Amino acid sequence: MVASRTDSSNPARIPALGVRLIVLLFASMILMVLDHRQNHLGAVRQAIGAAVYPLQVIVDAPFRLWEWVRDGTADRNQLQLELSRLQAERLLTNARLQRMTALEAENARLRDLLEARAQVRDEVRVAEIMAVDANPYRHNIVIDIGENEGAYDGQAIVDVTGVIGQIIETGLMTSQAMLISDPSHSLPVEVNRNGFRTIANGTGEFGRLVLPFVTNNADIRPGDLLVTSGLGGAFPAGYPVAVVETVNRIPQEPFADVTATPAAALDQVREVMLIWSSPKLRDKTPGDEERVDEEPNDD
Amino acid sequence: MTRADRAGRLPVILTIILSLMLMVMPLPDWAMPFRPDWVALTLIYWAMMLPRTWSVGTAWLIGIILDVAQGTILGQHALALCFIVFITVRFHLLMRVFPMQQLTATVFAILALYQFVLFWINGVAGVDAPLVNYWGPVISGTLFWPFVSLLLSGVRLRVQHGR
Repeated sequence: MVASRTDSSNPARIPALGVRLIVLLFASMILMVLDHRQNHLGAVRQAIGAAVYPLQVIVDAPFRLWEWVRDGTADRNQLQLELSRLQAERLLTNARLQRMTALEAENARLRDLLEARAQVRDEVRVAEIMAVDANPYRHNIVIDIGENEGAYDGQAIVDVTGVIGQIIETGLMTSQAMLISDPSHSLPVEVNRNGFRTIANGTGEFGRLVLPFVTNNADIRPGDLLVTSGLGGAFPAGYPVAVVETVNRIPQEPFADVTATPAAALDQVREVMLIWSSPKLRDKTPGDEERVDEEPNDD
Repeated sequence: MTRADRAGRLPVILTIILSLMLMVMPLPDWAMPFRPDWVALTLIYWAMMLPRTWSVGTAWLIGIILDVAQGTILGQHALALCFIVFITVRFHLLMRVFPMQQLTATVFAILALYQFVLFWINGVAGVDAPLVNYWGPVISGTLFWPFVSLLLSGVRLRVQHGR
């Protein structure tokens, strides 16, 4: 074996190795405590994140390039098919939108009558999920919008079919987001049909959420659409989250065993939307606020 | 420090950057738990061969960068990498003369220790993950070790004798 030139002089002795190890172990422990318990290290993470950004871009680049090449070389037939599909879709959405304007006006009128605050529209921006894998222990994604474009911690992320997750860490150019399927993610939801409020937890599987706090006599059944309730403040109200899959009432247990399938295909999305909800949305009518009993757990 | 020394650092840094990139490279869902710990493998190799230049300090810095890149608790990978690099440096003379099978077995033990430290920190912090996320990288890392060490020794020999 060939030893290096510097090492061959006196290879057995590496000066002060043990001391250095102990100092560094202590340093990492202090960092971990600060990071985990107090969340003081946002700025440090951001600074190092700026150094990591080029790496992420380089890793992501071939995938972007492939997509670009594929789009550029798509043949005529395919493009025409796509075009007709999109046109049909646009007709449908436009028809729905017409009703929507009428409903929105009606809603505003009714809210006026009730003297409730007017609902402000949310601002939305499209972000792309970068082709980089994040935390191996969590359901996290990296998106290409960071603090430079106004992303903030706890910001809601949706796609065209439903809620995806929320931002847990903003960098300068990128952000990390936690999917609603992460086992440590909880989301306040309500049943669209009757307004029954509960919490939806992630399970670690992309296709399954659980609703652990549904009493046996609650009015909930398979096929019910769950939408965000807006309680807890992180998510704006009214976005579809999941469809109830099974309701298993167990007489001797206090809570029923309820599972739901996320509305969005969490493992297939490429483009997502960030929502800037106006703070006015967060303070709902007083009656609602009294019943806030759990916040989304975003740690 | 000689000039030759400084010239020899760049390729090593490049291999470490490459290993960091492999750590964030997207894999299909089924393969994700079996992503080898590229950074750990690379650092074990350089700590074994050039322990004076690449030792616990480097491991700590790279660990912090890895923590930021993956969004884990800041200091988790830093601590684990520091620890295994310390062990490697401590036994580097022994490990250099091991035949490949024995060295691979040693690397298996080191990687297992690495994952155990990560597992333990996750346990303390209350991060719950399927167990395959811990033993998967140990197995794949061990399988990849012969190739990684072959590749890196190519880099090393070129740096040391190619001038």
